[in-house]
Order: sequence, then structure tokens, then C-alpha cells
Amino acid sequence: MSASQLALWYLAASVLFILALKGLSHPETARRGNFFGMIGMLIAVVVTLATTQRVELILVAILIGGAIGAVVARRVEMTQMPELVAAMHSLVGMGAVLIAIAVVNNPVAFGLPDPIPTGNKLELFIGTFVGAITFSGSVIAFGKLAGLGKKFRLFSSAPVVFKGQHLLNLALGIAMVGFGVAFFMASRETQWPPFIVMTALAFVLGLLIIIPIGGADMPVVISMLNSYSGWAAAGIGFSLNNPMLIIAGSLVGSSGAILSYIMCRAMNRSFFSVILGGFGAAEGTVAVDAGQKTVKSGSAEDVAFLLGNAESVIIIPGYGLAVARAQHAVKEMAQKLIAKGVNVRYAIHPVAGRMPGHMNVLLAEAEVPYDQVAEMEDINSDFGTTDIAFVLGANDVVNPLAEEKGSPIYGMPILEAHKARTVLVNKRSMAAGYAGLDNPLFYMDRTMMVFGDAKKVVEDIVKAIE
Amino acid sequence: MSGAIDPTVVNLTVFVLAVFVGYHVVWGVTPALHTPLMSVTNAISSVIMVGAILAAGPKEIDAGSILGAVAVGLVAINTFGGFLVTRRMLEMFRKKEPKGGKKA
Repeated sequence: MSASQLALWYLAASVLFILALKGLSHPETARRGNFFGMIGMLIAVVVTLATTQRVELILVAILIGGAIGAVVARRVEMTQMPELVAAMHSLVGMGAVLIAIAVVNNPVAFGLPDPIPTGNKLELFIGTFVGAITFSGSVIAFGKLAGLGKKFRLFSSAPVVFKGQHLLNLALGIAMVGFGVAFFMASRETQWPPFIVMTALAFVLGLLIIIPIGGADMPVVISMLNSYSGWAAAGIGFSLNNPMLIIAGSLVGSSGAILSYIMCRAMNRSFFSVILGGFGAAEGTVAVDAGQKTVKSGSAEDVAFLLGNAESVIIIPGYGLAVARAQHAVKEMAQKLIAKGVNVRYAIHPVAGRMPGHMNVLLAEAEVPYDQVAEMEDINSDFGTTDIAFVLGANDVVNPLAEEKGSPIYGMPILEAHKARTVLVNKRSMAAGYAGLDNPLFYMDRTMMVFGDAKKVVEDIVKAIE
Repeated sequence: MSGAIDPTVVNLTVFVLAVFVGYHVVWGVTPALHTPLMSVTNAISSVIMVGAILAAGPKEIDAGSILGAVAVGLVAINTFGGFLVTRRMLEMFRKKEPKGGKKA
């Protein structure tokens, strides 16, 4: 196959990748889009294989990796998606580093002149350190998400902070770039030492960047690492003069960047304050003075009665719901209410889960039809005309303090549950949310609390709805 | 002006245009599908397997080609895992289906 033919196949694959993302604009077209993505990948791999001389070795490697991937994809629980995604980011990062080492080792195998032209060398250096940071950062993110913090302090979901942390990171970053430049200037004979030191520093830096970021900010971190993994791929594409890699990498990079932005906006946090970390540390916690205020609480039967007599209900699921594995019970409750003629919808806050869109997937898994599920912007204006807002396992995302100047979460967009005629809240206890804030919603006259495990409570409600 | 265009300039052209395409396509993704978006972009970024295949490709086996083969294996986890888990999730996003006892 000529180089031009190869490039044309790569072009076809690139277009298919764009179509894969475009399909995600609607659930009905998304499945087809995913199929396009697979075809694109198949084309890219097959035509590249055709140019090599070690097809069997490579096929064996693909089969081993592919089998692992297929098993994981089948077995993984939907609540574990953030961990899986973090693990996969780390693989892309590691892949980029390994490829970069191979390029430095033998550029001719990649169709590059030996010694490597300076332009490609610069790009190689960028691709390598972004890849290395993606790898070690994702490993830490994975550990934090998987709750390995009890065994290793590095993985603690509480921020790991120490004095001079930012200064250390800055110094390491400068040193890393310094060695990168040294690699860039070095001849073929002297290029290895600076390259190795640079890569090692990048691994350490990736680790240090993620450890101070707390569990509550994980949606931003995952999106950010998603973006990095894309830029790493694009960097490798640059150094190999391969437009397909550049296109695919840029798509992924911009996707991750946009998701990071959306997550930051949903938490009303600036990107830099997330990156600098430390949020969610104990110092920010405000003591909850629940003792002085009165809370109305009711039983599952009371809730069932109210729900059954309502005309419209908006359910606000939070991550607590998923932790209690109550999605199926909620869907059953909704079905019973719908059968009684109640208009039931779900309202999703962008950070309701632990990664972008997580709650939507958890509801979809419980077979909640997606047309009953609404995003925050679309449903917020409807709360004023809704009989009941039923908050299940959510806290900060419905905290009306966000509308009060001077409160720590002022400006954060919330679901305006407090505007509904009646508010029902299920919580395990009166404990504060991630932000460590008390929630005035719980003390309103129109609010009734139902304490207990979400699954148990909802199941009792289902039984009580006649 | 004369001479051939530096490949880096061509790469940069492709890069800038691709970022624009990515920006517009991704803003079009419905927020409900942001998790599948992440898993499918994961799968797509595994296209760096192409680089790994080239690394593992030469006839004579050395450290570089072994690293290449390892990279192929690692990244293949993403390729298969990413696309398949995306498909699994997307299968769950269904409209109200008129199955069996639709309404009592």
C-alpha cells in the first residue's frame, strides 16, 4: 500500500470518529455513532497492520488486550464507571509513553528520518510528558475513586496536602521542561539521559497534581484527565506526522476540556481552584446546628399518601441513591404513580453522580425511560408549578443557600426544589453534604423529611401506594 | 516564498481544524450522554495503537518493538473495553417501550 493510500484510509477513519461523537447528540442516533467509531478503529488498525512485518505478534497482543477489555466492559457495574474510565485514561497515557520511547529508540520504524527532525522531537517531548502525567494522575484518580484510601494514604479521597506543595510542583514542572529542552537539543548519542529524567519527572508530577484534589472534585479530575489523554495522543500524532492521530487526539482533548468546564460551572468553582486542590478538607466544615431548628419528619406511608394525591412530582436523585442501590425501587415507585395518572419526571443536576452524565446512566440502567429524565436548565422553571419535589440522596445540589450572597456555595447552580408546593427529602441522617453546609431546605414549613436508607424507604413507599 | 511546507505546519493546520470540529461536535452532545461520551472518547484515543503497531512492526526484534507490542496490548484493552462498554450503556437508553403491561 502506498503512503497516499494509507493516508486516505486514515482520513476515512477520522471522519468515522467525528461521526461517532456526532451521534451522541441524541440517544436514538448514539448507537449508530458508536458503530461508526468501531468501524473507524477497525480500518485504522487493519491498514496499519498491512504495512508491518510482524502481524502475528501484534495480533496476539491485540487479542490479549481485547479479551481483557471485553470482559471488563461486560462485568463492570455502572456505579464503577468513573473508576473504569480513570483506568482507561491511564492506559492511553502509558501507551503514549511506550510509543515515544520506541520512537526515540528507532525512528525509522515509524517512517521518520534518523536522527529525528527537531520539529518532531519537540512534539515527541510534549506527547511523552503529557502521556506520563496522564498515566500517574489517572492511577491516583482510580485509587481515590475505588476507595483504596484506607490501604494507601496516597489514594485518600480526602485531599493530601503538605507545606510547599505548589512550590514543589512548580519546581518539578520547570525541571521537567528543562530536561525536555535538553533532550530537544541533544544529539542522537546523548539524548537518552535527558529523555529518561524528563519522563520520570512527569510521572512524579502527575501523581503530585492529583493527590491534593478531594473526592468531591473527582468529576472535574476525570474530565481533565480525559482531555490530557487526548492531547497525549495528538502529541504522538504530531511526532509521527500522522493526521489521524492528531484528529482523534484533538477530538478527545476538546471533549475532555469541555466536560471539565461544564463540571466546574456546575459546582461554581474555577478550574484553577480545583487544580490547586484542598477543597473538601476538614477546615471548611461548618458545624451543623441541627439541634436548634425543627425538622418535620414523616413515615413512608405519609409520603406514599402525598405522592398518590399529587398531580405532578419531580424526583431529584443524588449519588446517595446510587450508593443505596435504590434506582430500581425508585423506578417502580414512579411507574406506580404514573399508572395512577401522576406526572412524574426526574431532575438531574450535572454533578449528581461522580462523573459527567453518571446519574443518567444509573437511571437508564434501572430502565427509567430517558424522556422522563430532564436536565437542570430544562426543568428548573417548572418547580414553581409542581406539587411535590422528592429529593432522594441529594443535598448540596438543592441547597437554597446557593442563592444567598456570602454563603460558601453562593452562585452554584441548583435545582430549585424549594419552589415546589411540597418538598419531600429522604436522607439517612441530618449530616451535611460534601460542602459541609447545613441545608435550609430541610427546615422549611413545606418540607417533610423521611429518614432511613433510600432503598428501604422507597420500597416501603411502593408497598404503601395502593 | 518557495520550498516544501514543513510537516509540522501541516500537522498544526490539521490540529487547529480538528479542535474546532471537536469543540462544535462535543457541545452538541446531550448532557444525558456525557458518560458514554467519555467512554467512547477513551476508545477513540486508543487509536494511538497505530503508533504502537508501527513500533512492534519491524522484522528484527529489539527493546523498542517489545515495548511496542506491550503498548498494543495495553491500548487494545481500551479499544475493546471502551467501545463495548459504550454500547452496553447506550443499549440502556431506551424510550418508554410498549412492552407487555404498558398501562394498567
